[in-house]
Amino acid sequence: MYVGKERLATRRIFLIKLIALVPVASLTACGSRETSAADAQSKAIPFPQQPPTSAYSLQYFTAEEWAFINAACGRLIPEDEIGPGAVQSGVPEFIDRQLAGAFGHAARWYTQGPFIAAGPEFGYQGKATPREVYRAGIAAMNNHCIERRGGKAFADCDASTQDEVLKEVESGHIAFDDVPGKAFFMWLLQNTKEGYLADPIHGGNKEMGAWKMIGFPGARADFADWVTRHGVHYPLGPVGVAGSVARVKG
Amino acid sequence: MAAIKKASVDAVLVGFGWTGAIMGMELTAAGLNVVALERGANRDTYPDFAYPRIADELTYGIRMALMQDPATSTLTIRHTPKDTAVPYRQLGSFLPGDGVGGAGVHWNGQHWRVLPEELRLRSHIEKRYGKRFIPDGMTIQDFGVSYDELEPHFDHFEQVCGVSGQVGNLLGNMVAGGNPFEAARSNPYPLPALPDVYGAALFAKAAREMGYHPFPQPAANASRAYTNPYGAQLGPCTFCGYCERFGCNNYSKASPQTTILPILLKRTNFELRTHANVLKVNLTADGKRATGVTYVDAQGREIEQPADLVVLCAYQLHNVHLLLLSGIGKRYDPATGEGVVGRNYAYQMTSSVNMFFDQDKPMNPFIGAGAGGAQIIDDFHTENYDRAPLNYIGGAYIGVTQTGGRPIQQMPLPTDAPMWGSGWKKAIKDNYLYTASIATHGSVMAYRDNYLDLDPTHRDAFGQPLLRMTFDWKDNDIRMTQYVTGKAAEIAKAIGPKSIKVSAKKLGDHYDTQVYQTTHNTGGAPMGENPKTSAVNRYLQTWAVSNVFVMGASAFPQNIGYNPTGLVGALAYWSAKAIRETYLKQPGPLVQG
Repeated sequence: MYVGKERLATRRIFLIKLIALVPVASLTACGSRETSAADAQSKAIPFPQQPPTSAYSLQYFTAEEWAFINAACGRLIPEDEIGPGAVQSGVPEFIDRQLAGAFGHAARWYTQGPFIAAGPEFGYQGKATPREVYRAGIAAMNNHCIERRGGKAFADCDASTQDEVLKEVESGHIAFDDVPGKAFFMWLLQNTKEGYLADPIHGGNKEMGAWKMIGFPGARADFADWVTRHGVHYPLGPVGVAGSVARVKG
Repeated sequence: MAAIKKASVDAVLVGFGWTGAIMGMELTAAGLNVVALERGANRDTYPDFAYPRIADELTYGIRMALMQDPATSTLTIRHTPKDTAVPYRQLGSFLPGDGVGGAGVHWNGQHWRVLPEELRLRSHIEKRYGKRFIPDGMTIQDFGVSYDELEPHFDHFEQVCGVSGQVGNLLGNMVAGGNPFEAARSNPYPLPALPDVYGAALFAKAAREMGYHPFPQPAANASRAYTNPYGAQLGPCTFCGYCERFGCNNYSKASPQTTILPILLKRTNFELRTHANVLKVNLTADGKRATGVTYVDAQGREIEQPADLVVLCAYQLHNVHLLLLSGIGKRYDPATGEGVVGRNYAYQMTSSVNMFFDQDKPMNPFIGAGAGGAQIIDDFHTENYDRAPLNYIGGAYIGVTQTGGRPIQQMPLPTDAPMWGSGWKKAIKDNYLYTASIATHGSVMAYRDNYLDLDPTHRDAFGQPLLRMTFDWKDNDIRMTQYVTGKAAEIAKAIGPKSIKVSAKKLGDHYDTQVYQTTHNTGGAPMGENPKTSAVNRYLQTWAVSNVFVMGASAFPQNIGYNPTGLVGALAYWSAKAIRETYLKQPGPLVQG
């Protein structure tokens, strides 16, 4: 397997440590997320010998939102035998950092009005910035789950209910009054994939697990010796721009 | 009235990408005092493109750190003159550059010339197919300059850029391995072609067996150590996979920084000012002569820069915007078909055929050069086949160019792959290494109702009206891409992958501003021989104000099948020659209108 059990376990303890840093209220939500069926497999992994080396403090999300993001990321890219999941890869941290920064503020978008409705070919034309859409979108999805799905917030629903709700927002089947649900889903999915596949310096793709899974060598950026090795797998694992190095088999 | 007025200079250049650098070299060589005004930041290989920081897909490839910032300046877009245009709020379909080097920093280096027939397209079509073959509403025109006139300038720009490639037609003699349909070249490419990536090699073999004529794509990605005519040096490309959307960390991709600026910036009669946003070209009271430009500097101060000669060297859209804001030339009106500024806006027609292979055939997509290592066929672009039964004007080249395997953006998946969940993860794991793509890249004609003007509602950070684009796909160009994409799909099937996915525009499809296509926007200030249908004459001098010249792809009366930079560079050298040899001796119109 491309990711050893030890590494997965390292991620596990990292997450637990990370959760300890966010406000107490989130512990309940995240805790219930951890009891979901989808996570049962990873629960069996023993704790590692070494303590985690870093932790993360939330910059934008509230505790409730953090629980939602962890739950949603866990469904959009679940952890399974194919490869690491978004949560284990640090994608929630990536998204929190993105929303705290230029992307979340739409700092490099044209944000002047008037805001005129237009066809989908013209892209997002709303006034709300991504961080505002996330905040409203998470609240709307939680309200939907509480009102229509048995009184629980999204993070507390079981995995299959979470999948159903995500699909219905994606398709526009569930529409919200105060927030463009499809735009919210689109950003959530896009940002989740970004965090999963971007360089680890941005907070996701921890230990370059996604890169190892697909065979992308990251920032190696010199393949002059391999151009003419047609049809031969490249032998080296990925490197990150901040100096992280991984071996494909190790 | 600007609060600060600078000392007058001989020439002011607005924008400092490829054409600004070329004009800077040529006009300083002629002894002029030249100031270049660049709206963005100064940038160079070090520190801006340095490894490893540049190999960060999210920052440069997705968040577009090197591109135009729409928060400062963008445009509005609509499909037809009847619609209300809305802002291009986020970059998507095209990515104008920003900062020193402009789009010349983040291009791929696909360095083409032009077909002789494309320069005289209307005449050629009327002669070969008859006037009635040109559909109503199609406003194609001749460029007013011939291939033979431009050939020395194509040649020189290739020498400057250290282009790697394989000659096909040297002085009329056909050379094996090159493009048999190309027009005669006076010299071979300065450097030999880069080696083929695997997907390109498979494409070339299949295409050859089908009777087509594959050749290596001309690439401004150096294949060897090279010193250009100015003395600037390039080193061989490493196939790093971070070319388009990125600056080259390795002095391998030709850019203004790697080929011209090391020499130009040392000249004492040249000055570069960055963070200088030009608002307009100033004219005399009678509107017949430019007196200079007004710009806003980094501190927000309005500054007047007087100059005897004004050369607009900004991106195509921005050049047209400045002409409209300055009132140079008659604005185009689609209702009457009269006016020249904003006329004949066009774009590029592209399509793709993704090929998904079994896991014993890794394509290693991350081994990427922007242009090198690619194989192309020009059989469906050039004049070697009859369009009459196909009922379209134009064409496209087909080929495999592997620019990189950056996994956020460059992750094509089979049509049945889920968008998320375990199924998506399995799909990226199973397909990432095993995918290669054939692309087609083709012409777009000019039409009466595809044009540029000023938006009545939205304004930029400087309070000026945004440019407004009115553009949608037309049937002629969609018939072209349907036909050529069909040929590409046949080649893909002959290569024999596990499955393919064909993506091409269909009749009735509308222009989608969200999806990246190309940064090959053209027209709006077309060149030509008739002042009623062109904004600039054959030397890129505006008909309206003889001391204003406009460089760039804004001069294309319609878009060609090839990537535009080679022609943009050649036209800049052609224009510079006319300025140096004729205009400066006796300033005034180079062509009587």
